[in-house]
Amino acid sequence: MSEIDLVEANLALKEIHKLEGHTDRVWSLAWNPATGDDGHPATLASCSGDKTVRIWQQGPSGSWDCTAVLEDTHNRTVRSCAWSPCGKLLATASFDATTAIWQQVGLDFECVATLEGHENEVKSVAWNPSGTLLATCSRDKSVWIWEMQPGNEFECIAVLQGHTQDVKMVQWHPHLDVLVSVSYDNSIRVWIEDIDIDDWSSVQTLSKTSCGHSSTVWALSFSSGGDRMVTSSDDLTMKIWDTTKNPSEVSGDGNGSWFHLCTISGYHDRPIFSVNWSRNGIIASGAADDAICLFHEQKNDLVHGPSYRLLLKVKAHDMDVNSVQWNPKDPNILASASDDGSIKLWQLTGLP
Amino acid sequence: MPKELINANPVLHGKKERRARSESTNIDEYAEEPIDQQEIFDVRDIKDPEHPYSLEELNVVSEGSIEVNGEMNYVRITFTPTVEHCSMATIIGLCLRVKLMRSLPSRYKIDIRLAPGSHATEDAVNKQLNDKERVAAALENPNLAEMVAECLAPTFA
Repeated sequence: MSEIDLVEANLALKEIHKLEGHTDRVWSLAWNPATGDDGHPATLASCSGDKTVRIWQQGPSGSWDCTAVLEDTHNRTVRSCAWSPCGKLLATASFDATTAIWQQVGLDFECVATLEGHENEVKSVAWNPSGTLLATCSRDKSVWIWEMQPGNEFECIAVLQGHTQDVKMVQWHPHLDVLVSVSYDNSIRVWIEDIDIDDWSSVQTLSKTSCGHSSTVWALSFSSGGDRMVTSSDDLTMKIWDTTKNPSEVSGDGNGSWFHLCTISGYHDRPIFSVNWSRNGIIASGAADDAICLFHEQKNDLVHGPSYRLLLKVKAHDMDVNSVQWNPKDPNILASASDDGSIKLWQLTGLP
Repeated sequence: MPKELINANPVLHGKKERRARSESTNIDEYAEEPIDQQEIFDVRDIKDPEHPYSLEELNVVSEGSIEVNGEMNYVRITFTPTVEHCSMATIIGLCLRVKLMRSLPSRYKIDIRLAPGSHATEDAVNKQLNDKERVAAALENPNLAEMVAECLAPTFA
């Protein structure tokens, strides 16, 4: 994809399905990574202010149906959801201070574990690439790392302190056990396990002094190769970071291994809540201006370093867009979730 | 409620005369009703969290502190707490936001800010009031929700 000259392409983002059922704002979406190919119909999980999680599946005719509603477990907003890499477990993080682990049994989902420990709202949950570790973050300013034990037991192996305000999102590097957290304190923190002391620690903080954000950082996403990261903020910008160097292989001389490459600004005029990098290199962003933007790297500017150009901007929903997620199997399908209570599936068309 | 009032002796201001609402003669219920500043100024009847007075009587909000843009679909309110270290500022801001969220069509974007220089921790309060995740979480807190409901009660009279 990156080899294709997108300047010549006549791109469009076409709405192909609208999934309705949630009775409050939809906060977050997650594609099941083990679905969407032979014999496994594409599956999407969504979570909402209505305290439920819904499972959506593509039927044989191509239609999308809600096949399960996960309710009566969380008693407050469900803020975030994430499938384990094998697609067998779904983790859901709630304002009720807990994280629930669900396992599919036939068509139903059974809550097999509840992770308690955060003092208040859990805002995000993420699995590491191997599916053995789970990270959660909260308004209590901490990030917790949980290790999966046999029999669906989860043991907290680290409580990471460092952020000075609530932590909005956690996400793992796609290939390494490197964890990134973003916060209301405007900073991005990078965490790794220090084998010598058998504990996790913050190896880098990307803040305003490192060309970082000047307000709340809402989201982050890695490129599929893991060599770049994009973050989005209340400051109306997105930032691209070079993450080529493995932070665990850099000596602790105070100079971080990751650095700012460029800033994308001027496209959204309200806070940018979600950002997601597709397998073929297109960055999608969703914001409080009800719009989705798509960006791609501009390859021909060698003088000023990397830059990203807008491919298109669409008014996607009637209200704020809270989450945008590319389908991992079909990188031309994008899902979006909104305050208007709906989820939309989009097809990127016009690629040469 | 705190035992000691934060501002024990607030200065009171008069209430502006209420404009009589014209009965809607519009038969087409789908027609978009224009929203004006006067209508949004209903927020003046919100009760102060610690006094039995309205935000208008305490001069926390005035007609001039409300900016409505019907074309761009936004409403911006600046409010002035009675004292500059008022810990009730976030509650007042939350009340303003909830009142507008419930009365305006959902396409409207709402910004609530303190009047510049009116509060010791102005930036922190502004940031919190405009973080929708924090607002959503606050409104799920029964104590806060109750306080907000109490302050909004007079606006439904």
